[in-house]
Amino acid sequence: MNASTSETQVPFTTIIGLEVHVQLQTLTKLFCGCSTAFGAPPNTQVCPVCLGLPGSLPVMNQRAFRLALKAALALDCNIASFTKWDRKNYFYPDLPKGYQISQFDLPFSMDGTLEVIDPKGTIGPCRVGIVRVHLEEDAGKSMHDETAGSGDTRIDLNRAGTPLCEIVTQPDLRSPQEARLWLNELKLLLVYLGVSDCNMQEGSLRVDANVNLHIPQPDGRIAKTPIVEIKNMNSFRSVERALVYETTRQWGVWQETHAEMGKTPKQTRGWDDPAGVTRAQRHKEESSDYRYFPEPDLVPVTVSSAQQAAVRSEMGEPPVRVRKGLETRWKISAYDADVLVNQGRQLVDYFEELATLIGDGKIASNWLQQDVLRTLNERGGTIEDFPVRPAALAELIARVNAGDFDTSRAREIFSEMLASGRSAADAVLSMGIAVVGDDELVALCRDILAANPKIVADVKGGKEQAAAGLIGHAKKKNPNINPGKVRTICIDLIRAMQ
Amino acid sequence: MQPADLSAIDLVAAVRQGDLSAVQCTEAFLNRIQYCNGAINAFLNVDRAGALACAESIDVRRRSGQPLGPLAGLPVAVKDALCTADLPTTAASKILENFRPPYDAFVVSRLRQADAVIVGKTNMDEFAMGGSNENSAFGPVHNPWDFSRAPGGSSGGSAACVAADMTPVAIGSDTGGSIRQPAGLCGITGLKPTYGRVSRRGLIAFASSLDQIGPMARSAADCALVLETIAGHDPGDSTSLTDAVPRYTSLLEQPLAGVRVGRVPEHFAAGLDPEVAKGVEEAFAVLKAAGATVHDIAMPHAKYGVATYYLVAPCEASSNLARYDGAHYGHRASAKPSSAFESPLIEMYCRSRAEGFGPEVKRRIMLGTYALSSGYYDAYYAKALKVRRLIRQDYLDAFEHVDLIGGPVSATPAFKLGEKTGDPLAMYLVDLYTVSTNLAGVGGISFPCGFTKSGLPIGFQLQAPALGEPLLLRASDRFQRLTDWHLRRPPNLTALCTPKG
Repeated sequence: MNASTSETQVPFTTIIGLEVHVQLQTLTKLFCGCSTAFGAPPNTQVCPVCLGLPGSLPVMNQRAFRLALKAALALDCNIASFTKWDRKNYFYPDLPKGYQISQFDLPFSMDGTLEVIDPKGTIGPCRVGIVRVHLEEDAGKSMHDETAGSGDTRIDLNRAGTPLCEIVTQPDLRSPQEARLWLNELKLLLVYLGVSDCNMQEGSLRVDANVNLHIPQPDGRIAKTPIVEIKNMNSFRSVERALVYETTRQWGVWQETHAEMGKTPKQTRGWDDPAGVTRAQRHKEESSDYRYFPEPDLVPVTVSSAQQAAVRSEMGEPPVRVRKGLETRWKISAYDADVLVNQGRQLVDYFEELATLIGDGKIASNWLQQDVLRTLNERGGTIEDFPVRPAALAELIARVNAGDFDTSRAREIFSEMLASGRSAADAVLSMGIAVVGDDELVALCRDILAANPKIVADVKGGKEQAAAGLIGHAKKKNPNINPGKVRTICIDLIRAMQ
Repeated sequence: MQPADLSAIDLVAAVRQGDLSAVQCTEAFLNRIQYCNGAINAFLNVDRAGALACAESIDVRRRSGQPLGPLAGLPVAVKDALCTADLPTTAASKILENFRPPYDAFVVSRLRQADAVIVGKTNMDEFAMGGSNENSAFGPVHNPWDFSRAPGGSSGGSAACVAADMTPVAIGSDTGGSIRQPAGLCGITGLKPTYGRVSRRGLIAFASSLDQIGPMARSAADCALVLETIAGHDPGDSTSLTDAVPRYTSLLEQPLAGVRVGRVPEHFAAGLDPEVAKGVEEAFAVLKAAGATVHDIAMPHAKYGVATYYLVAPCEASSNLARYDGAHYGHRASAKPSSAFESPLIEMYCRSRAEGFGPEVKRRIMLGTYALSSGYYDAYYAKALKVRRLIRQDYLDAFEHVDLIGGPVSATPAFKLGEKTGDPLAMYLVDLYTVSTNLAGVGGISFPCGFTKSGLPIGFQLQAPALGEPLLLRASDRFQRLTDWHLRRPPNLTALCTPKG
């Protein structure tokens, strides 16, 4: 929390850096042909290579490398022309080879940035440096079966060898809210690029956070609290909550102990979401020496500028540019553009198709946000499967614009279109809605005026809002009338009486 | 004529022409194995039934006029470091006792596709770590020339197998001399190809950046025949070379006139057995007589070869062998709950590894783990990589001036079993002349160039630039056309092998 921008002034600056692991959207693993599909029965997506059987050798998945390259280019990283693989040696039951193939001193990309602007304006623009992006294989999964009381651990190696992109940021984030905002933008970017589905529930995106406090001292020195690494956060909301908790905790510890960085080893704490606290994890001093050395079973990878250009050309627009594009092309607010873009590329495509058909971005945006998104939230599903396609919705909106019916009537028609899959015209027919002709409407209005002298008198007396009472009577006579039109006609007729 | 008297090339021709059936051929060698192996212990596993079934199917196909592979009917023994789907694969380690891989090594598949008959798996130093075959968990191999002596290692079983005519050819692997040194000590011909020429897929890794599979046979021509089958690109081994494989057997005819052979004077310094020195010098004379010229060359960093090798290889091995934990396959220690361990799982790991690995393997795992540890990495592993580059450069520089480098394979002829087992450092020095080839990634061949007065073979080594196998084989073949050392057989072997009582 930066003292100058936070609501409640605090006498310290929060320093946050993130380590994000993203599972790449490949069909097969990083070094073998096994499927990466989520949810298969344990140990059914394995082969000698990802099981680490004697004599097996890895072969790099070219698509995984291209996807990782795409991510790094989108994060504005420098791409190394020469990169190699290293073995990270550690012993764990879900790591079949006893080492993980990763990248140590020559990652394929370094020195990038990703800037985020909060459309709500509550947080200033934050520009976060990327230390490095590298590619590595995932380990298997250990499932601790404590329910049986036996303390058994079961190993599922389906995930072993899945391609992961590790993104390490500079400690450039200054508040838990910033961290969450930035992670949202990173996720959106990776999803837009097709690099990852970033599904946190399935473990496609995992975040660890490093956090400490910088506390100005009376003598002008900055005291720094020991850096804590927080693990086990299962959503961006958890990341924000864990960081808020940890900031407060560190401030409390500081006030008690005045312990500074370097005096104690870096601590790892796990986030306990239900309890809302971080807890110290057992130290694993011996595992910190990974004995990295170059992986002799793989050859170094060279990346030419032509390859970079090819990846760039298939990259598509990042969300930040899509937002700007929507604002300028369709004259919608930054806020609205943000809401639409956050829903993903497919929704943006739907919006643009609709806006083009009706020739109005604002109306298209309103319909999407108020009706389409609400429906999606209620019913689930994706915009690609949404039964009302842009053309059908555009037809409905055109009828509203033509004054055939008002918005609330249009919403009923929209519901019918959703339920039946009918076009706007067919839905109107099936609902028995007949458009009331102008002459018919004037005649109807005359009838109501004749039957409601009190209201007519009120309107005459200057209480124009009394005309609303006429609309109810009109609707009783004919449910298909356009209330706005009725109101206008009635007032005109009353004025003509005078 | 007995099949054992024929070269591999002639055997294959005889089977193809129908002069000899594959079954006859296979049976002859299986019988020889049955007779000799008890005394020599070259085999860890003999697949009599499988070999005969394979031979039978070859004969059936030949009789019905179907095409046969280039090695049809040729009995081959395979070092137990190569995975075979139908036979246990142990790398001579207790930790892999009874392990059956679910797949064949690339080389084994190639041999099968070529209709070779795989007769069994040969003994070796555990995980190919050793130079005497005494590190096998299943007993040492005895040198057919003198049963009280070591056959060399680590491919000692393959070397002894060929030397005792138990198969005409065998497959070995060479990480620091493991094909060439036992070939030299057993009086046969062994080729370590250029790194990447033969796929390592399915070879149980010792030191991945050094390991290379190669043929062992009675002659260079027979090695050429086998190499044609096992060499070539494998998309499943990222380090395998894509260069086309020449027909090595058809490139043997060209004479040696004008070929420049380098001689490293330091090879003849103190420590080289005088009889070996004499044999090696005479080999240079034979090459000269064949039209080659001999030139003294400098290999300034060769003296650091052993030190470099014994850092690089154990470092890689410490990582390669981390997977043997008793959990998924191989030896698992029985549960014996004790409070000495953090958990029953940790105890199972620790005891499985303690029981499963032999002392030399443990020593190298510890050496490698130590050398890669933070604080030591720069002083050991990183420095070893730098020296490795210098050694590689020595070779590049030398090959500016010469086409081949000749010299001894090992400093002494076969030594006594047990002679060096108490002194690991003395054992490491048996690799003195061979490790640099692997560090440089080039090819080398060894073949007999004489015998000591006591009747032990003396080996000669030739090394060539990367992908110089055609010249290595041609020069060796030419040498073997002018000499008959490679045709000599251990005397009285049959009598010595006769089971007592």
